[in-house]
Amino acid sequence: MYVAVKGGEAAISNAHRLMADRRRGDRNVPALSVEQIVNQLSLGVDRVMAEGSLYDPELAAMAVRQARGDLIEAIFLLRAYRTTLPRFSNACPINTSRMRIERRVSATFKDIPGGQLLGPTFDYTHRLIDPSMAGDEAVTPPVKRERPTEESCPRVTDLLDGQGLIEADVPSNDKPGDLTREAIAYPVGREVRLQALTRGDEGFLLALGYSTQRGYGRTHPFVGEIRIGMVDVEVDVPELGFAVCIGAIRVTECQMVSQFKGSADKPPRFTRGYGLVFGQSERKAMAMSLVDRAMRADEFNEQRLAPAQDEEFVLEHCDNVQATGFVEHLKLPHYVDFQAELELLRTLRREAEMASADTPMNEPAE
Amino acid sequence: MRNPSLPAYNFAYLDEQTKRMIRRAILKAIAIPGYQVPFASREMPMPYGWGTGGVQVTASILGPDDVLKVIDQGADDTTNAVSIRAFFAKVANVATTTRTADATIIQTRHRIPETPLAHGQIIVYQVPIPEPLRFLEPRETETRVMHALEEYGLVHVKLYEDIAQHGHIATTYAYPVKVEGRYVMDPSPIPKFDNPKMHRSPALQLFGAGREKRIYALPPFTDVVSLDFEDHPFTVQRFEARCALCNAQEVYLDEVITDDRGGRMFVCSDTDYCETRRSKGSQVGGLPQHGAAKADWEAAE
Repeated sequence: MYVAVKGGEAAISNAHRLMADRRRGDRNVPALSVEQIVNQLSLGVDRVMAEGSLYDPELAAMAVRQARGDLIEAIFLLRAYRTTLPRFSNACPINTSRMRIERRVSATFKDIPGGQLLGPTFDYTHRLIDPSMAGDEAVTPPVKRERPTEESCPRVTDLLDGQGLIEADVPSNDKPGDLTREAIAYPVGREVRLQALTRGDEGFLLALGYSTQRGYGRTHPFVGEIRIGMVDVEVDVPELGFAVCIGAIRVTECQMVSQFKGSADKPPRFTRGYGLVFGQSERKAMAMSLVDRAMRADEFNEQRLAPAQDEEFVLEHCDNVQATGFVEHLKLPHYVDFQAELELLRTLRREAEMASADTPMNEPAE
Repeated sequence: MRNPSLPAYNFAYLDEQTKRMIRRAILKAIAIPGYQVPFASREMPMPYGWGTGGVQVTASILGPDDVLKVIDQGADDTTNAVSIRAFFAKVANVATTTRTADATIIQTRHRIPETPLAHGQIIVYQVPIPEPLRFLEPRETETRVMHALEEYGLVHVKLYEDIAQHGHIATTYAYPVKVEGRYVMDPSPIPKFDNPKMHRSPALQLFGAGREKRIYALPPFTDVVSLDFEDHPFTVQRFEARCALCNAQEVYLDEVITDDRGGRMFVCSDTDYCETRRSKGSQVGGLPQHGAAKADWEAAE
């Protein structure tokens, strides 16, 4: 008679057992290996590392497998692991002008010192499903260029900087804020905004960046440069007195160049929007640089009217681990609060019925 | 390919530096009752919105000798309560209980137990939106100023508009309270039925909002007054029905639909309270009661 909807340990463990079974799927099909995911689903792995804020392809691949390909779930797994890791020290800022470049394009200059390099891109492919993807046909090895031993590849924005046409990129010795170790208090510095954006949801930032192009906080952007490649990560070792390379990571950097008409105290010049993302993710780096520039509205006395310019709106909503948790918590039981609303609704309806019954038309004679 | 070394976790999951940071926030919160203290909330192994704030507070105050009770909707056996209790049993190896009186720490979502809390007990509330002004003003920068200036007129206007429109204050849960005559505080989404239990409770009450990165607190015996008007005093829900299992009245009830012909029954939302009463011999036939029970909204507290 009393069929409570309340769960229990048995239900939870059975549900997890079923989920594990579905994850594995048909046992006659070989299981995916972590190597296969790292090698063949590498852009998915890159996204999980970027938004999970942890550069570890094997762990990210394990998370993708555990999450059955649900990338936001995989990002969540990686974040929950990352938060338990001890912090040894801060790395030195990576130097992307010394990147071992795999791809580099500029939309502002036809030719640039160091050259344009298309690299591994979907651009200019025709999006026709390739029948060979049904099987495992041999793939011809790529053509490789001679890599100069000491590559000189200045950033396009540095070239503009030399002529004073673009706002200067002033180095700062201030200790950067840390989004993961301090609660955000608005307004925040640009470095905290960039931290939030680089781990923010690709889809959300894409939509916001897109909205700036359609007039909601327009910035007249040009891609100054996008570069993808490996950079060294160096750490200062106090005992040694110099920086030591502890490894290399692949990053995508986007420098967006935007128009600025100038103000009373500043001459007209180009301004910057910046995007930097773990792995290969041009879409994310470009969207990030658009939103970064839009959020700098105050610096250029631009009116803040659009969502992309509103740092509190963007930062509070760009984290997909937070967003998915809170949206999905609606499926938790809410029957105590619902009961309270139900009782109120019944009371209000009863009173409304009584009020309409009390109108003179319906009132019986005394 | 290397095998990532298997992770090992500290007592109660969080590392000691994180616990220290959270304890500092808790101490500050206790020193300024009702004030929301920002803290560097961590990612937890359960989703945001599922109790990460409460879990971090509990993890920071939990000791090996504590006895933990976890409830959701008043019940110990709701899935999320089971999951959080199992988490602490696993990572802290603490004793757990379903009995309110036996617990030293009670983590809760959406209810305060019917059994009055005692001196020495700590109740930890899971809070989704800690800011009582959030739905009147979405910006944190604005609401912090409003709290600083004690500018709470908007809340009263909202409550007044309810009365003007519906004849009642239409807030039935997460009903705002004023703490020690100073801060307006969100009591978490408990039904307003539970609000009076917070007033001068001998237990320490801690509130954790993980996603929103806020901790606040009510030290024992703090004045907690639900907002109202002189001519529209605060009232709580009162059910005409009694619990169909233990015959309790003056408790918060869940409505359980028993068939598709309008049959329904009311049972205690607090499962421990209900079981304790039944074990002491309070029983009823358990016949489902048909038709909705009326809640008497005008009954003064």
